[in-house]
Amino acid sequence: MSDLDLRQEFLAGTAPGEDIAVQLSGDGQFRTADMSLSIGPAHPATHGVFRIVLDLDGERVREARPVIGYMHRGFEKLAEHRDFRQIFALVNRHDWLSGFSNELGTALAVEKLMEFEVPDRAQWIRMLLAEWNRVLNHLMFIGSYALELGAITPMFYAFREREDIQHLLESATGGRLHFTYNQVGGLKIDLPKGFLAESTQVSSLVRSRLPDYFDLVLGNEIFHGRTKGVGPLPMEVALSLGVSGPTLQATGLPEDPRVTEPYLKYGEIDVEVPVGENGDAFDRFYCLLHRIRVSLDIIDQIHDHIPPGPVNSKLPKMVKAPEGATYVRIENPLGQLGYWLESDGGRTPWRLKMRTPSFSNVQAIPYLMRGQLIPDAVSILGSVFFVVGDIDR
Amino acid sequence: MMLLVTSGVAPYLAQAESILDVGDTFIVPLLLKLAFVLGIFFVVPLVAGYLEHKAMGRMQHRRGPVEAGPFGTLQLVADGIKFIQKEDLIPSAADKWVFAMAPGVALVPAMLALLVIPFGPGVFALDLELGLFYVLAASSVSVLGVLMGGWSSANKFSLFGGLRAGGQLIAYELPLILAAIAVAVQAGTLSLVGIVEAQAEFMLFGTGINLWYVIPQLLGFGIFFVAALAELSRPPFDMPIGDSELVFGYMTEYSGIKYAMYMLTEYAGMVTMSALMVVLYLGGWQLLPGVPLPGCEAAGGLFDCGVTGTLLGVGVMLGKILLLVFVMVWLRVAYPRLREDQLQRIAWLVMVPLALLNLALVTIAKVVY
Repeated sequence: MSDLDLRQEFLAGTAPGEDIAVQLSGDGQFRTADMSLSIGPAHPATHGVFRIVLDLDGERVREARPVIGYMHRGFEKLAEHRDFRQIFALVNRHDWLSGFSNELGTALAVEKLMEFEVPDRAQWIRMLLAEWNRVLNHLMFIGSYALELGAITPMFYAFREREDIQHLLESATGGRLHFTYNQVGGLKIDLPKGFLAESTQVSSLVRSRLPDYFDLVLGNEIFHGRTKGVGPLPMEVALSLGVSGPTLQATGLPEDPRVTEPYLKYGEIDVEVPVGENGDAFDRFYCLLHRIRVSLDIIDQIHDHIPPGPVNSKLPKMVKAPEGATYVRIENPLGQLGYWLESDGGRTPWRLKMRTPSFSNVQAIPYLMRGQLIPDAVSILGSVFFVVGDIDR
Repeated sequence: MMLLVTSGVAPYLAQAESILDVGDTFIVPLLLKLAFVLGIFFVVPLVAGYLEHKAMGRMQHRRGPVEAGPFGTLQLVADGIKFIQKEDLIPSAADKWVFAMAPGVALVPAMLALLVIPFGPGVFALDLELGLFYVLAASSVSVLGVLMGGWSSANKFSLFGGLRAGGQLIAYELPLILAAIAVAVQAGTLSLVGIVEAQAEFMLFGTGINLWYVIPQLLGFGIFFVAALAELSRPPFDMPIGDSELVFGYMTEYSGIKYAMYMLTEYAGMVTMSALMVVLYLGGWQLLPGVPLPGCEAAGGLFDCGVTGTLLGVGVMLGKILLLVFVMVWLRVAYPRLREDQLQRIAWLVMVPLALLNLALVTIAKVVY
């Protein structure tokens, strides 16, 4: 079936009221039609404007068709009309939960193209804040996934921790969500006085509260019942769909650019990659929760490494990248983020292609949802961690 | 049923004398009883709702309502006023009459069930000989309202919610009734007042230790509590509402006062079920097993208590009800939601056999001792 056919079928099948129809056929027997249920674009489980159309047989999903694009904001095109310093304010908005990591990817791409050497201190600080950003992001998903399974409390717990971390990051960057702290050649400004002490304190605080999540959510029997064996994703399928991040690691593959292709100074410290066994919803959540612990370990290591020195280097009045193209991949909180940056030698990028983790991860949804029940479909939808802005850009 | 046949018309009539039966006229006690039932119906669920707001808030690192009234006590009243002011939306594709009637059909049985529940020494509207049967029958009518709402909304999410609720309530009615029958067997009566009296007189096999039924029937109490949670669609059994899956289940299309009626049904249901559990298992309005309330020494420590004893009895009863409501809230905070098929499996493979086992044990014990 071609894409066009699929599209027509979906348009015809989702007219309201048309498909609950139960028709009386000629021989007097009831013939039932499949129901198609449109979840989203405004639905509590889609956290954003993601839409998914389910063909249902009772509560069982025959076919799931994600419909994306409701939040397309044209960042790639907009970036072609901003100079290399301005695009930072764009990229930290497509995945609003990983603003710092996105900036970092852009900075690395521009610096790679310009063959710019960044001061050591700036590199370590970038790593520190990127890991804090990862913890922030994962806490959000831990809360929201539990919420999708009907547990309301972990969300409040997660926000308690997020508040502490956001307060910390705000003291350095001035932002809570869109940090815009990176710039070409380093960072906007040095860390405030006492930041590292506070960072150590918050790190131990969050670490001391992690058992709450391990016990209350990961150890809960109902949570096991709702996630174990639900939506298993084999490694080969995951790889062929371009799935990355915790969703890929849950299948048992320890792929993480921080380890396999270290950028910044990740080669100088120990980075553990938690992996799952079956690639089911439970393993995905397990990996996500353990990644918080790993990030806190990394943060503690970074605290001992940050050298004194400048955090940025002198830039020419007009930042121009030489003609050419480059590709940078980093481990975003949700998976592998790639920036393809092409320059024609002018002030603005000629092309900025974003390879975002959420976009690739949601491709696994039709595969995962086939044959599942609606509650499991919601459980799967939540366990393939994505941010809608990151899908649609 | 045998009782009905043998004793003629009498079982329909009231047994014990209510303290609301004042004077010789028909109308005064009737009005008093109506006021009593309506008062309980509208006030206690609000207290339960406030308790839920505050308890949930404290468990989740927030404060709950603080603005409306002292310590936010009037928050639910404010909510009610807000709901009344809201536009009453009916979807154009909805089956309008059924849609409009559904919240009422769900609400009225919850009110009717309160008729026979004793809230203190002599403080009840009616003591039917078939009280337990009547409560279970009346409260099970609520599901009709839920099904009607789910079907008539012309919304797929509502339909799913309504059907889930239907399946769930049918599955859990059985263990609920089986557990309740065991109590009736042990007490030898279906009258709720009679069950409280029987608990005051129940001695642990030959010894002089007075116990409430929760001890000999701990299994039955557990089954009843879980089944009541499922019956009320309270978390972790809130699949008919399932706000992350089904938007808001059968209530998705409801707004304004109709939505408020559904919510009131839920809280009134919590109060009714808790009251029933207190009466069946936790010794009704008695403060401690074997210890009569002050001023009640006369009539076996259960009736004719005077003002202090009566008020204290009502207070004890309400306290026990709120304690059970608190446990329900606690479960809501602590647990995620089960899946509908897991729920059905628990009902038919675990709860029903256990309830039958409990009934058999109680019956044997009753015959032997």
